[in-house]
Amino acid sequence: MIHDSIVFSPTSLDEAYGLLAERSPGARIVAGGTDLMVLMNGRLLDAKDFIDIWRLNELRGVTDEGEAIRIGALTTYTQLIKSPLIQLNIPALAEASRTIGAIQIQNRGTIGGNIVNASPAGDSLPVLAAFDADVEVGSVRGVRRVSFNHFYTGYRKTVMKPDEIVLAVSSRKLKPDERSFFFKVGTRRAQAISKIVMAVKVGMTDRVINSIKIGLGSVAPTVIRAVETELLLTNAILDATIIEQARRTISREVAPITDVRSTEHYRRTVTGNVLAKILRQLM
Amino acid sequence: MKVTLQINGAEREIDVSPMKRLLDVLREDLRLTGAKEGCGEGECGACSVIINGEVINSCLVPICQMQGANILTVEGLLRDGQLVPLQQVFLECGAAQCGICTPGMIISARSLLDTNQHPTRDEIKEAIAGNLCRCTGYIKIIDAIERAAETG
Repeated sequence: MIHDSIVFSPTSLDEAYGLLAERSPGARIVAGGTDLMVLMNGRLLDAKDFIDIWRLNELRGVTDEGEAIRIGALTTYTQLIKSPLIQLNIPALAEASRTIGAIQIQNRGTIGGNIVNASPAGDSLPVLAAFDADVEVGSVRGVRRVSFNHFYTGYRKTVMKPDEIVLAVSSRKLKPDERSFFFKVGTRRAQAISKIVMAVKVGMTDRVINSIKIGLGSVAPTVIRAVETELLLTNAILDATIIEQARRTISREVAPITDVRSTEHYRRTVTGNVLAKILRQLM
Repeated sequence: MKVTLQINGAEREIDVSPMKRLLDVLREDLRLTGAKEGCGEGECGACSVIINGEVINSCLVPICQMQGANILTVEGLLRDGQLVPLQQVFLECGAAQCGICTPGMIISARSLLDTNQHPTRDEIKEAIAGNLCRCTGYIKIIDAIERAAETG
């Protein structure tokens, strides 16, 4: 199978769009390879045509666009970790990147790949959800923006058309009254798929929560926002009582399953405990 | 597909299937068998090599992306056929038993020491977090890397 493969390595986005228009569905995009090559090695991939986008420098770079930070789809986790713009403005994304795989994976895995792989356990995804990111998607038909929180339609399903490619993801910066948190629960500290993974963006004035966004992975068929819990906490005064209420609400709100990594009960319980732990840090 | 790349300081040209894994190209086409397949999934790090200054699992890299790349494998560490200090300390500290993880461990250590000459034990652990060892329990590997850092 590997020996039949045809690979195209476009050197411009327009060339890539053309190849995608001609060859999809069927042709698979190869970026860092940290998801795709696992499928190939496991003989789980049927594709013969590959579009290698590694040479598309247009898809690299973290830029400050004023209100938002724009992250090229080919930005690796190592680049996110080292980026001063990310550390300052979306710190939870740098934290999330440190927990992905290990250094060998971080040097090749890309944020675009994490987004399109569409795993409910993708570690960057709860951060993008909590930060209300926008995804830029391109094709021969032009560029469109999709709100990250409307990007997934079901388990491993996205709104992307077969001939589209993710160009970038943009996120608002933390405001002066805001902080972000990231917490991943795994079997070990590296090379672990999460049992639960959470990102929180919260804005407070004294003890009042002005706004709170909670992104969650591995507790539903897609990355989700805990909207009911957010509603409970918005405009609330942070104290032990509300923290306990929030712990119970989020445990009820999530929709985890029992699988090889964990049980439904564990995931519900730990999701609540992680949120409580984060909220206590704010008191 | 023809690919030209730098392997351990020497320019090589190979003609292989474009989606062939770098790991297989190293082992089969270039006869550099230091990098090993422990999992084929990027979990164990036995296939680790340094590509353009970054430590990477070669089992996950398609060769078509390696045009013009600069690759260092464990074989490339030798100086005039002699072990360098980083390799010597692994012998001195008893940091290898079956040896399967050792090339990958040494490559990860090399990558760490290239950017951090005085790592803490925690930093060493983080640097080898992507390299699994089933024999040693890791302590002597961490000792070896610490000694390599101390002795330069």
